[in-house]
Amino acid sequence: MSTTAAAAPTPQPVGRPLWRRLVGFNLLTAVLLGIGGYYLGWFIGHQIDGKSFEFREKIDENDVALLLAYIFGVFGFLIGLGFANYPVSRLLGRPPSLREKEEQGIGRYFGLCTDHKVVGIQYLVGIGLFFFIGGLNAMLIRTELLKSSPTFVGPNQYLSLVGMHGTMMMGMMTSGILGPFANYFVPIMIGARRMAFPRIEALTFWLLMAAGFILTSTLFFGGFPTGWTGYAPLNDQAVMGMDSYIVFFALVGISMCLLGLNMMATIITMRAPGLTWSRLPIFVWSVFATSILMVLAAPMLIATLSMAALDRTINTSFFVAGGGGSSYLFENLFWFFGHPEVYILALPGFGIVLELLPVFTRKPLWGYRLAVSGMLGVSLLSFFVWQHHLFVSGINADLRPFYMLSTEIISIPTGFIFMCVMGTLWKARTSFSVPMLFCLGWTFNFLIGGLSGVFLSDTPSDTTTHGSFFVMAHFHYTIMGGLIFTFFAAIYYWIPKMVGLKFNERLAKIHFWGMFISFNSTFLPLFVLGMEGMPRRVSFYEPKLHTLNVWVSISAFVLGLSMLVFLVNVVYSLIFAKRKAEANPWRSKSLEWQVPTPVPINNFEQIPIFDSDPYDYGVPPLTVGGSAAAPAGV
Amino acid sequence: MAETNHARRFVTIWLVCSLVALPLVIFVLGPILPPGKASAEASGQVTDNTVLLAMATPVLLLVVIYLFYAIIAFRQPKGGVLEGPAVRGDARLQTAWIVITSVLVLSLAAYGTIRLEQGYGAGSGNGPTPLVVPKGPKLQVQVIAQQWAFTYRYPSYGGVETTHLELPVGQTVELHVTSIDVIHSFWAYQLGIKADANPGVDNIIFVKPTTEETFEIHCAELCGVWHGYMYDHGHVVSQGAFETWIHQQQAYFAPATKVLPPYAKTYTPEPTRRAE
Repeated sequence: MSTTAAAAPTPQPVGRPLWRRLVGFNLLTAVLLGIGGYYLGWFIGHQIDGKSFEFREKIDENDVALLLAYIFGVFGFLIGLGFANYPVSRLLGRPPSLREKEEQGIGRYFGLCTDHKVVGIQYLVGIGLFFFIGGLNAMLIRTELLKSSPTFVGPNQYLSLVGMHGTMMMGMMTSGILGPFANYFVPIMIGARRMAFPRIEALTFWLLMAAGFILTSTLFFGGFPTGWTGYAPLNDQAVMGMDSYIVFFALVGISMCLLGLNMMATIITMRAPGLTWSRLPIFVWSVFATSILMVLAAPMLIATLSMAALDRTINTSFFVAGGGGSSYLFENLFWFFGHPEVYILALPGFGIVLELLPVFTRKPLWGYRLAVSGMLGVSLLSFFVWQHHLFVSGINADLRPFYMLSTEIISIPTGFIFMCVMGTLWKARTSFSVPMLFCLGWTFNFLIGGLSGVFLSDTPSDTTTHGSFFVMAHFHYTIMGGLIFTFFAAIYYWIPKMVGLKFNERLAKIHFWGMFISFNSTFLPLFVLGMEGMPRRVSFYEPKLHTLNVWVSISAFVLGLSMLVFLVNVVYSLIFAKRKAEANPWRSKSLEWQVPTPVPINNFEQIPIFDSDPYDYGVPPLTVGGSAAAPAGV
Repeated sequence: MAETNHARRFVTIWLVCSLVALPLVIFVLGPILPPGKASAEASGQVTDNTVLLAMATPVLLLVVIYLFYAIIAFRQPKGGVLEGPAVRGDARLQTAWIVITSVLVLSLAAYGTIRLEQGYGAGSGNGPTPLVVPKGPKLQVQVIAQQWAFTYRYPSYGGVETTHLELPVGQTVELHVTSIDVIHSFWAYQLGIKADANPGVDNIIFVKPTTEETFEIHCAELCGVWHGYMYDHGHVVSQGAFETWIHQQQAYFAPATKVLPPYAKTYTPEPTRRAE
């Protein structure tokens, strides 16, 4: 990249010729530079020579080359998008500019844009895309399990599918709510005009997209056989597809860490006057609690994967028993990240449910402080439970009572959330709009998920359930039943604000009921399958479990169909019908519904001043309809 | 007073349902819970599962009945714009909830710990130095996991290595689980035992089979492409039948036993690696 090209871009006038708009820092350049970087890395990797790299000739695979190719490719991609422009122009002594690429028009969605609302929509579409790829993998997995021995894709492809499904969901969906909704609404909810670090905000999104693409590319390199946990030393003998996993998760880790930092900085420093911590919307609290986890847990993941990459390429022995390492080390490091990770997935869901309930029950949030302490308690405790994933591994057997205790204690703060949900529902005036249905769905699903966790936290009882389909059902109840249900609640709730259009209510209800019923019909039998002795990640199982597996597969297909209903609704409502949404269809008192739609580029004419929290519902009766007096300042 | 009515009605429904459900769970569902009664360890788990289920049932009913009650009783009339009561919490109720859930959770943890100390965790990987060791004589069997099969060594029978697992009934068995390549997990489902097989680690579990029957053996930790095929049946047989079988095996595998490495707690062969 030449220095002249690095000049800070000025807002471009609309209506320039097409060829002029294609030259510059945009997605096209990014893809081209990404491909260039990829082949440069590949080339360098093949030039590096030395005794320890003789293995290349034997197996015709070159991990060094692929890792370098991915890393150079990502750098090329980011430079092409224009992420290097600002640092370079500052180094050259040019004056600082606050933001870039904020012209109107569809183009800003396809490049580096520092408007938090644009990034929110980018996230929603990008993550949605990978969510559907991950879901498609699940459909293929269930198709394979229609038969008790592999007939459809075969054991090797089956493991790749399992690995891709798990990794895609656990990686991409970590930002499932924070990416789209926190980026979009946290600044508005706290009365700020932007995020604390707008360029880093954009960077987190594009890193995640690069990561998702890299994970998908594993298919060209033979996939990886380790599932999402990537245990060593299995990862040490896996083919080149494993490198895709390593780079993917490391990039997700970087993205997650930056996203968390950005959120924390924004929430701590950029709250409008009067918005004390005790008036903060509960959703913002949940984002804050999640950010703590992201910042503290993700670096561990990046370090672990770097070690795994070194083991694979230059013959270090961090995780290899024969060379002085230990497979326990990987398990420990991975789960020290991995357990906070599952709460990174669950906590934003708590926030969504508690944020939406007051709106639809027309009551203030019941037990605000309890909810906040519940979330902070969960995020703190989640760092002390990781070895419950290793109850049968033989490590620290005398510490099992401690991890049993800490694991079970974490259900106390989780119980706070349930208390708040139940308190808010009591004597409410509940209207059952689609977002509310998804919140109630969450309550049921997460309850089952939580209670089934008790059987896993108890060491003697865990002996049977560990590593079986029981675990699988358990975490699908907490993550799919927890995160994905609230993800859809948030979509139905906030899309009218984000794009100004209304969803078709009937299709939305079909989506909810289809999803809720088929979700339970898919995952409840999996508890039984696990208890009956079916291990996870097998494509070969006993014939006596066949009937139940067929039932689960058919339910899973219905679940997939319900997702299609959602897609149809998106296409129909947002592209064809285009019915304008009311300014405040849910009569919410939260600040984001008081600003005009579409939200102006600086969010507010004047920074608002808060004098209460946004849950000022209930008697004494207030004016109703869209014109409800703004509770939060002017 | 409509207020007391709702609370009282809900609590009554919940109490009645719990009182009906609890005996059903304990006496009808309890005995048929997995993993069955094939060993002392498995029976212990059935007891544990019953206790946990009995504790979870009232909680499950509480929230589910509450949800249904709230959905049915507290609705917004169609097209209505009514507001609910502006109640922001109830200190006494919140305190009670915190206290009750804490007591429940802590007693669960205490129960689990006590059971663990009593030796009911003997069937789940105890590591190289188990905290609780069952009394009496023990038959030692080593489980060696590799991609993609389990083999078994009987050190007290000349270190013979067999491809199938047979155990004598009524005898406490000390299983030493280890791996020679990646992480596996030895799971004998009906016996209620599971232990990860880690390379270079001697992971000990105990089991006392109580009935003569066939049990399934699975690998419960993803170990590569044929993970699902690491699947076999083992047998619990009478003491006499076991002696006959093991002597047959000794004779049959005698040529192999001679060239085997001497019996050891762990075997860490040169690992197969990519970067070599």
